[in-house]
Amino acid sequence: MHKLAVGAHYGGWDWLVQRATALVMLAYSVLLLGIVLWNGGLAYPVWKGLFANGAFRVVTFVFMAALLYHAWVGARNVLMDYAKPTGLRLALMIAVVALLAAYAAWTAQLLWGGA
Amino acid sequence: MTAADRPLAKPRPIYLNLMAIRQPVPAIVSILHRISGVLLIVAGIPVLLWFVGASLASPERYAAAYGALTSWFGKLVLLALAWSVFHHVLAGIRHLLLDIHVGLDLAPARRSAAVVLVVALLLTLACAVRLW
Repeated sequence: MHKLAVGAHYGGWDWLVQRATALVMLAYSVLLLGIVLWNGGLAYPVWKGLFANGAFRVVTFVFMAALLYHAWVGARNVLMDYAKPTGLRLALMIAVVALLAAYAAWTAQLLWGGA
Repeated sequence: MTAADRPLAKPRPIYLNLMAIRQPVPAIVSILHRISGVLLIVAGIPVLLWFVGASLASPERYAAAYGALTSWFGKLVLLALAWSVFHHVLAGIRHLLLDIHVGLDLAPARRSAAVVLVVALLLTLACAVRLW
């Protein structure tokens, strides 16, 4: 059988995405840990100041984007394994996409909504 | 006498009942990796966003959110999520190491799976002690 090396969606891309997003999340966790240690804990003014910083907001959004993409690949894998009827699988996948999109909007609101 | 004619020493299993099969440790770690991932999607992310939002809104809303999270039920939720994070991250790191061919043989792979399982539970226990 003729197999395409790229672009055929055999799962190689998702495999790579799952690892790349995991590394992004690990890097962000190390950064956050470093910030906490540097400040000797997270007093309220430090915490507020962190989210007032534009660069920290962008980095935090990148973390959430990695988390949500990672969540999608994982949820899709789980659904492909356990939700066998096509209609059920499709409905659950749409529900997951809607949920993750809502999380993304919520994150943007927290970071830039001025609330 | 061919292999097909030979009487079977004991009847072979004709179905795969997941509840009747003794699962090896890596299989347990694997299914818990999935369960913890699903828990983080349905509860971990919303609790995180809700708490960060409350903490940034005002000292009063932060105090209210902190109170909810340190209530009896809140602590249980927090503990379940803490275990989910610990197990998911440790199992994930184990996966990344297996990908670069670290500990790929059967014995070390079993050992690292046991380490993931036990360390995640110990960290959760430490959180429980800290919470109560």
